[in-house]
Amino acid sequence: MELFGLSLALLALFVSFGFMVGVLFGFFGMGGSFLITPTLLLLDYPASVAIGSGLAFYFGTSVIAVLKHYDVGQVDYKLGAILFVVLSIGIEIGSRLVFGLEALGIANLVTGVAYVVLLAGIGALFLRRAYNLEDDDDDGDDDANDDEIPAVGQKIQSYSVPPMINLTSGGRASLWTIGGAGGSVGLVSGLIGVGGGFIRMPAIYYLIGTPLTAAVGTSLFAGLFSGAFGTFTYGMSGSVDLTVVSLLLVGSALGARIGSAATTMVEEDDVIVYFGLMMVLASAGIALSELANWLGTGALDLVSVFLLVGSSFFVASMILYKVVQSIGASESNTRGTPDGGD
Amino acid sequence: MIESAALSPLVQATILVGVILVQAVALYVGYGALERVATPLIDTITDAR
Repeated sequence: MELFGLSLALLALFVSFGFMVGVLFGFFGMGGSFLITPTLLLLDYPASVAIGSGLAFYFGTSVIAVLKHYDVGQVDYKLGAILFVVLSIGIEIGSRLVFGLEALGIANLVTGVAYVVLLAGIGALFLRRAYNLEDDDDDGDDDANDDEIPAVGQKIQSYSVPPMINLTSGGRASLWTIGGAGGSVGLVSGLIGVGGGFIRMPAIYYLIGTPLTAAVGTSLFAGLFSGAFGTFTYGMSGSVDLTVVSLLLVGSALGARIGSAATTMVEEDDVIVYFGLMMVLASAGIALSELANWLGTGALDLVSVFLLVGSSFFVASMILYKVVQSIGASESNTRGTPDGGD
Repeated sequence: MIESAALSPLVQATILVGVILVQAVALYVGYGALERVATPLIDTITDAR
């Protein structure tokens, strides 16, 4: 039986996978599009459709994030508008590269390899963070001031390469720096179908040199419009599967609410190591899939999907389990307090 | 994909962006309303146990 042109099993997979991705990224504060594109690649969607649908999913989650956080962080609108333009140029170049690679028949391979590196890199960073957690707890005094511009940003701003623009925070940045940073992030977004918030925000903070609060708000602002542009660009060539994006969003919007609420009940430190492992397993899953394609066998396909989707389900389930455990513990505490003997 | 022979790719892509925007807003508002209705209900059931 089919509904919206998809089998019921696929329909359930997309809604539940969207839900799990929503839980994960609502909890860890990321968009999650970098799990969507590789999953669609593993399910044999053409690279351009996987990337276009990943960007459209990112756009939908950005709208929800902006609605939720519209009052969080300052926005440097001038910088945001310039970033939107350069991000869009980067996305356009990235998308043309994808269509060029598709014409050469190597788009899936290039995108797959890019995801192997990207997910393994993010996984390694999270594992390192988990490993260093105890040291950070001991230090306790290295918190950056949200209103300060980082030293790297100040150093880059000290090189005056015209044209320079004034930032709301008081500093000045070269249009070349903004163009280089924003264009590179846009290129990555357009090429592999990620929102790029995890590189866009640090690029604004460290390279352009804005205070952290302004970097978060401006990144969200520029990301929303560039996500819309990416959806539009891939939509022009019919490379966005609206059914898949809609099903993922239905699950993700609910999951993100639960994931976001879970941050008040579950310590991030307790699950961060599993998140890092999940990313490494997802990377291994895509690597296996590429290997299977190279060997011309479909035998490893199931293992690849299991590693990518299964590991996400496992970590999201773990967060939900800890939420239930935390609610159970607080209920038993409430009941125990009146006659607790103290 | 939104496909109609009568519409140019530009219009189709614009509609696509609009549909995703509206869908995201509807999901945000819908789940928000659901949460407001469900939370007191869950609390009542939990307290009654």
